[in-house]
Amino acid sequence: MTDRFETHEQDVLVIGAGGAGLRAAIEALAQGVSVGVVCKSLLGKAHTVMAEGGIAAAMANVDSADDWRTHFRDTMRGGKFLNNWRMAQLHAQEAPDRVRELEQWGALFDRTQDGQILQRAFGGHTFKRLCHVGDRTGLEMIRTLQDRGVQQGFDVYMECTVVALLKDGARCAGALAYWREQGRFVLFKAKSVVIATGGIGKAWRITSNSWEYTGDGMALAYKAGAELMDMEFVQFHPTGMVWPPGVQGLLVTEAVRGEGGILRNKSGERFMERYDPKRLELSTRDVVARSIYTEVREGRGTEHGGAYLDISHKPAEYVKRKLPSMYHQFKELADVDITKGPMEVGPTCHYMMGGIRVEAETAQTTVPGLFAAGEAAAGLHGANRLGGNSLSDLLVFGRRAGLSAAKHAKEVSAPTLDPVQIEQAEQEALVPFQRQTGESPYAIHRDLQEVMQNLVGIYRNREDVQRALGELEKFKQRLAAASVEGTRMFNPGWHLALEMKAMLTVSEAVARSALVREESRGAHSRIDFPELDPVWGAKNNIIWKDGDSMALRQNPTSELPAELRQILAEDK
Amino acid sequence: MAEATMQIFRGSSEGGKPVEYKVPIAPGMVVLDALHYIQGHLAPDLAVRWNCKAGKCGSCSAEVNGRPRLTCKTRIDSLPLDKPIVVNPMKSFPVVKDLVTDVSWNYRVNKKIPAFQPRPGAKWKFFQEDVDRPQEFRKCIECFLCQNVCHVLRDHDKKEQFGGPRFFVRIAGLEMHPMDGVSRIKLLRDEMGLGLCNITKCCTEVCPEEIHITDNAIIPLKERVVDQFYDPLVWIARKFTGATGR
Repeated sequence: MTDRFETHEQDVLVIGAGGAGLRAAIEALAQGVSVGVVCKSLLGKAHTVMAEGGIAAAMANVDSADDWRTHFRDTMRGGKFLNNWRMAQLHAQEAPDRVRELEQWGALFDRTQDGQILQRAFGGHTFKRLCHVGDRTGLEMIRTLQDRGVQQGFDVYMECTVVALLKDGARCAGALAYWREQGRFVLFKAKSVVIATGGIGKAWRITSNSWEYTGDGMALAYKAGAELMDMEFVQFHPTGMVWPPGVQGLLVTEAVRGEGGILRNKSGERFMERYDPKRLELSTRDVVARSIYTEVREGRGTEHGGAYLDISHKPAEYVKRKLPSMYHQFKELADVDITKGPMEVGPTCHYMMGGIRVEAETAQTTVPGLFAAGEAAAGLHGANRLGGNSLSDLLVFGRRAGLSAAKHAKEVSAPTLDPVQIEQAEQEALVPFQRQTGESPYAIHRDLQEVMQNLVGIYRNREDVQRALGELEKFKQRLAAASVEGTRMFNPGWHLALEMKAMLTVSEAVARSALVREESRGAHSRIDFPELDPVWGAKNNIIWKDGDSMALRQNPTSELPAELRQILAEDK
Repeated sequence: MAEATMQIFRGSSEGGKPVEYKVPIAPGMVVLDALHYIQGHLAPDLAVRWNCKAGKCGSCSAEVNGRPRLTCKTRIDSLPLDKPIVVNPMKSFPVVKDLVTDVSWNYRVNKKIPAFQPRPGAKWKFFQEDVDRPQEFRKCIECFLCQNVCHVLRDHDKKEQFGGPRFFVRIAGLEMHPMDGVSRIKLLRDEMGLGLCNITKCCTEVCPEEIHITDNAIIPLKERVVDQFYDPLVWIARKFTGATGR
């Protein structure tokens, strides 16, 4: 029965074409296996293009004292020591090579006076560490990887959405997807599958994330039996636009602060002096976001409920050169000239530290043949991610995932696809068309965003999160009765109905994990438990699918080896 | 509350018609916000391509009141509200559905371009002044608005002979890359049809990234083609002086 579908067979199937997916695909190709990349959007439009500030890598081009140990320590400190130490170590050690590799593939970074890659300061990084191209580093990275991959010869399936992972016994065997253009289903048979689908920010109302960030990969993996980890840790970036309403949440790069931007409240006070007098604006994102939020809540916010971020003390030409897209963004969308006056900014949902639980060295999930990398995977960032560590994460662990996926593909025989699973996944995907009178998935999405924004946001408490869980149950029922209009041809209402299932799964995982972690750590702030609790500091929340319900347990974090403990103890 | 009337093309490759929708206006709203309002409240199956809504991904290109624009950067308050705001798909590409067009031709053209390859033995040391110009070209977000307005493609549909401004910009970024060791000059003449461009600058005018496509990319590339293929004296002179012509 599988003959009725267009079918493609690949050694390695990569789901997602952002930095992690493309880097994984390039690496797998280099190992001599066949590689297909499936992506929801056109190639080159993935969320990575929105990354602005830079790639963190201890290259020591600007601050010669930098090395991987300091980067490792900064990352662990930023993550409140909940990070998988091995991932943090590999990341810090390998990031410089990954950046040099990008350069050798044609990326053009901004330069130092002596002709090397220029690095800038960023929150939580001891040294100037972020390799960058103005404020469009992500675009440079995507184009470089895209061109490299196309040249090396991977197959790209653009505007194609995966609806289910398929299993052959315990192992992952491929995926069922549909072409967005026609709504036709397509089968992928693969020995290894890499999930690189990014984050979940579209479940919140104020978000810097694009429409693609609906938690698809995490939900697919969860449904296929993989475990999720650290789902309570959702990063709110301190600086999103707050005005006008249509651009609320749009990212204002941390590079503004990296280049010297100053935060002030409505009375002109540089309030970070009260919250983190040492690091000020370049404190970690969790701290700066909470500080702005607190200023606003206590009545010291700006006209539109944010803080002022000012870079206008720097020469106008410098601002335009180093922050060109911020200059244009504010000028065109908010009528503000940032070379002359301050921006208004406030926290915006930005990044998911949690995700699919993977083995540090291999990016292997708990399902054989299934790998995950980038924002979709958990572990590297612990309770809070440092700016710049995402792009380096994509490169380091994208490569590792590609390597392991290729190795796995060489070791196993071709899987068999199960027609029953395929038919079931197909039926599930089409069911919204069978109802004529249900509500639009857009209405449910708006309500979900309100609930997550208001009840599972920057500050949380038991009552709110419990209420959110109750609301999520109602959304599930509403979604089960929702209907979509029109045909299967490029139908965003239908796409959203399917994505809503993923958003509800990951939102529930976030809420359940947030409810049990009775402490405040990094991005997870409990009003009712405002302190760090060392007992919770040694545990990760793990979510998995147990029959029809979502199960939760705690795993102990693994013990740091002595030499790494030594690095953390050094005070620099 | 103030309202805008949006007149959106609804249909497919088999034809379609403009449909009007009333949309409430909020301060600072852009055309893409209005399209999202329509999807969210009036027509959930309205097909629109978009990603970042921040002018960084180049997905939401369309023709607003006849002008090719990124809808995420087109403010409603910059448009007259006494008549409908007309939004049509890009004209130079086949319609898939509503505002979504088939831009796959661009990806096929892109594949013909030899990728970056470092010069053998090149030292990886170069300066900001070496990269300023190619960095300008690498700002391109592939919105394909330049392709859409280029009359060689829009009016004459010479897609088989012509690469279009987007890919001249890409090639310029590679040719002027300080470390690159491949020549794409013959490709420009023979397969990309650079000679068909008669520098009307339509592409430059619509570029949301303000890349000086004609002056900084196309004209210098035309000069290189001329130097290499049509001017033996310059070619010989260069042999003696060792100038690269960059």
